Amino acid sequence: MHPVRKQRLMIVIFIVVFSSIAVGLMAYALRENINLFYPPSKIASGDVPHNTRIRAGGCVKPGSVQRSDTSLEIHFLITDGIADVKVNFNGILPDLFAEGEAAVINGIVTESGEINASEVLAKHDENYTPPEVAEAMKDKGEHQKTCEGLKYGA
Amino acid sequence: MAWQWFHRLGSPRWFYEKTNPWLPWLAVISIALIVTGAVWGLAFAPADYKQGNSYRIIYIHVPAAFLALAGYYIMAISGAVGLIWKMKLPFMVMKSAAPIGALLTFISLVTGSIWGKPTWGTWWEWDARITSMLILFFLYLGMIALQQAYQQRDTADKASAVLALVGMVNIPIIYKSVDWWNTLHQPATIKFTGKSTIDPSMLYPLLIMVIGFYCFYALVLLLYTRVEILRRESRTQWVNDLVANNK
Repeated sequence: MHPVRKQRLMIVIFIVVFSSIAVGLMAYALRENINLFYPPSKIASGDVPHNTRIRAGGCVKPGSVQRSDTSLEIHFLITDGIADVKVNFNGILPDLFAEGEAAVINGIVTESGEINASEVLAKHDENYTPPEVAEAMKDKGEHQKTCEGLKYGA
Repeated sequence: MAWQWFHRLGSPRWFYEKTNPWLPWLAVISIALIVTGAVWGLAFAPADYKQGNSYRIIYIHVPAAFLALAGYYIMAISGAVGLIWKMKLPFMVMKSAAPIGALLTFISLVTGSIWGKPTWGTWWEWDARITSMLILFFLYLGMIALQQAYQQRDTADKASAVLALVGMVNIPIIYKSVDWWNTLHQPATIKFTGKSTIDPSMLYPLLIMVIGFYCFYALVLLLYTRVEILRRESRTQWVNDLVANNK
């Protein structure tokens, strides 16, 4: 390779490497802010400020959903396998909200450590399954692992 | 000289004449694949047991997003080759890749948003994946704008090649964002290592769509580049002969 071209190649590599390092350091410094939500264990341990608007994310604990008979009010627990946090919500839930599914909650953490939610989003997992296959897996009890293996940076 | 073949590759005329017979083949293959994949995926693949039919947007969303990312590498690498070897052709490829990539990024953002409303319950969320994808869209738009911003062709090409190289850092960030940070967007379904978490009956039409999109991308990139060649080489003898012969 011609020396002049080799020099230009070095400049190109220099541009790519140094812009990557700069952005990498920036992302590393902002890593807590880039996370969309806090895991329940962070909220339970008191790392999350109270009385400000935050997002929390975790698995809706199976068996914890309590619906009101007269209104849209709903209470449930979200978990990351380490800690549970209670969520209070009064509004319309997305269709995919269900026990054993992940959800992202926008709301305010109260002094007692509960979340008063203003919005509940369903977080879909990366699995795509036809109904017959899902049915067959359910029989073998293999599909109830949804809440397992969720780390969410805890 | 070992690099001779490489320099011939950089000749616009050689490229224009070489790619001419490829076009009908690419057109037939890409249309056949996209029609097959779309009909199979939209009509015959089974519905998802949780999302129902709304998951079928994956057959547009995923191939468009793949090509938006791969297209950026094509743009940045051709920019680098242009900078290093001072060849004309790579800069033409780089310029042609920008509008195609912008459109593909826009398609994946819009289809993702349409899917997000019934699935997540929101049109838009500022999570790492969606935001980095929006930055990619702005990078593509920046490439288009920068190309127009200079009177001097040479300056425009150099400046936008540097922009393309700097922006390249965004591509692995988009790809890994769902693993590095907590996001609303789900992690990758199709994995290059390990088992994909999509049923084979849904995966096959998706793979056909991805390959179809790759072929279609190649076709559109060639067409754009050929127009760019004619535009930039319009004063050369061979282009004048070509135009004269086609009259």
